[in-house]
Amino acid sequence: MAQYQKVYGLGAEFNDAAALMAAAEKLRDAGFKNWDVHSPFPVHGMDAAMGLGKSWLSAPVLIGGAAGTLTAVLLTFIPSWGIYPLIVHGKPYDWRTVPAFFPIMFELTVLFASFTTVFALMIFSQLPKWYHPVFNWERFKRVTDNGFFVVIEARDPKFSETKTRELLESIGGKHVTLIHD
Amino acid sequence: MANSTSPTVTLTTPPEMARVPLVSNNRPLTWITDKVSQIVEEPTPMWWWLAFAITSPIALIGLFCIGYQISNGVGVWGENKTVGWAWDITNFVFWIGIGHAGTLISAILFLTRQKWRTSINRAAEAMTLFAVVCAGIFPGIHVGRVWMAWFLAPIPNQYGIWPNFRSPLLWDVFAVSTYFTVSVLFWYTGLVPDLATLRDRAKSRVARYIYGVFALGWRGSNRHWRSYEMAYLLLAGLSTPLVLSVHSVVSFDFATSIVPGWHTTIFPPYFVAGAIFGGFAMVLTILLPSRLLYPQLNDLITRQHVDKMAKIILLTGTIVGYAYLMELFIAWYSSNQFEAFTFFRARIGYKNSGWYSWAYYCMMFCNVISPQLFWIKSMRTNYVAVFIVCMFVNAGMWFERFVIIVTSLAQDFLPSSWRHYSPSQIEVWTFVGTFGIFLSLFLLFMRFLPMIAMSEVKIVTPAADPHHHNPGEETGTEAHH
Repeated sequence: MAQYQKVYGLGAEFNDAAALMAAAEKLRDAGFKNWDVHSPFPVHGMDAAMGLGKSWLSAPVLIGGAAGTLTAVLLTFIPSWGIYPLIVHGKPYDWRTVPAFFPIMFELTVLFASFTTVFALMIFSQLPKWYHPVFNWERFKRVTDNGFFVVIEARDPKFSETKTRELLESIGGKHVTLIHD
Repeated sequence: MANSTSPTVTLTTPPEMARVPLVSNNRPLTWITDKVSQIVEEPTPMWWWLAFAITSPIALIGLFCIGYQISNGVGVWGENKTVGWAWDITNFVFWIGIGHAGTLISAILFLTRQKWRTSINRAAEAMTLFAVVCAGIFPGIHVGRVWMAWFLAPIPNQYGIWPNFRSPLLWDVFAVSTYFTVSVLFWYTGLVPDLATLRDRAKSRVARYIYGVFALGWRGSNRHWRSYEMAYLLLAGLSTPLVLSVHSVVSFDFATSIVPGWHTTIFPPYFVAGAIFGGFAMVLTILLPSRLLYPQLNDLITRQHVDKMAKIILLTGTIVGYAYLMELFIAWYSSNQFEAFTFFRARIGYKNSGWYSWAYYCMMFCNVISPQLFWIKSMRTNYVAVFIVCMFVNAGMWFERFVIIVTSLAQDFLPSSWRHYSPSQIEVWTFVGTFGIFLSLFLLFMRFLPMIAMSEVKIVTPAADPHHHNPGEETGTEAHH
């Protein structure tokens, strides 16, 4: 174990969602940037406590949905007016035909928007990421059960191995641990 | 801490107005994780093998019948030149309708902030997927020459002819395939945090590896939860109109034709209500036995849940009953002799001229009369009564589609083209086989995936309230709402 191990950051465990939120508010006010809280479920109000705004996941989804509508418009219009107008029951193709294409436009809008939602979620969260330094911390396994954690990264300008440890302990953090990459 | 911002206000709820907690007995977070994960982790129980030993041969019989039909052609079915849609499309609409309850629970009840949905949504969504799998079989094999099924795709065929984009049958292809795809996406997104739980608890390397791969490296980060919750909201928002559109489009398959009994504008809302009605009955049909087999779930799927689902069955069943009566009224009021014939003679059986009136009365009894029992509260919370009514509803919703399809086609405009229809053995066993497929898939789901959305149930416990401290430190925190 004499090898050099890069320090990823400091982790601390908290008792419950309330303690985690109080800690997040203090760390936000202390001016940390590269840090995160981890909990088994989304804690409501945590975004504000961490100083994060609204997630803009909806923006790519709007674009994805619009792309779906456009795809459906092209898919129905090009064959119907261009490549091979299929006259069924003697019905011509004119502007009154368009409502008959609405179901396809609707379905493709939803389909494209849903795929965009899931892929945008992965991109926004940088998932899948099967290796992450926090998994090296044995206690961290409880994050998917009943564990509430704060992790401050070493790359944060305000990070100091001793002072940050003291700060985490002073705001109620337990099992403060150095996490190696 | 919580009281520091509101020093003087102390809200107390009178006991008679207090809400029943969604998780009974005030279970802690670890209890939820343990009890749900243990279903997957414990050795396979004997009853599971017995159940699977029954359902999987039935599924194989179904697959055999499908193979037999594909190799011999649709002639092995009882359909004929007049009744060209019968058992197969009945089963298609039956199964696709069942799926709708899952999406209603996961999407519509999410948007309407019905927190009780959290303990049933995972199983209901799984049920949706498996029902849509069963539904998809029927139009696929109904085309007869299965190798030509690619004609359904929006691509030109070998003569350069495109499919008819104005046909409801093509809309159906888009609607059902979108529905299945979006349901899978929604279901999987919800599963990711729970797969991470199973990964972190896994004892064996193989389980940790497999759950780990599908958990995508989820680590409960709040920066992730923030986007995750937005994604969940967006998927719910997208699925809500989608689920309403799917059965509307299915109903267009009928409503845009001129066949008496099909040619009616009430079909889309009537089909959607019926789908939710039948779907909730199926949700209860599979959840009540699961609850019996896993008594630890009783604190998560409580009487309250069963009561609420029974109320939805009562509501949607009554909407369906209204639609049945409205069809009769319009048949009379429109003065259209063909509509009148279909409804009053072929269905009700006036002057003994309905071949399938018995099916109509089965449908009426099962779908309209039987759920009226749920006006009584003691019946809504009596599991045996609920289960029996749900079985009636399951049967009734199948009969509804049979009545719509077969009575309208068997006796339509010209008496000279009337034909009786009765299913062949192959048709009957194909349908029975889909139940085998459905139940086998559900049993596998119970064994390998958490059947209750743990991370979502945890949100509705008092411990998730950021103003709540661990039990023992503070009391009366429920007042903060």
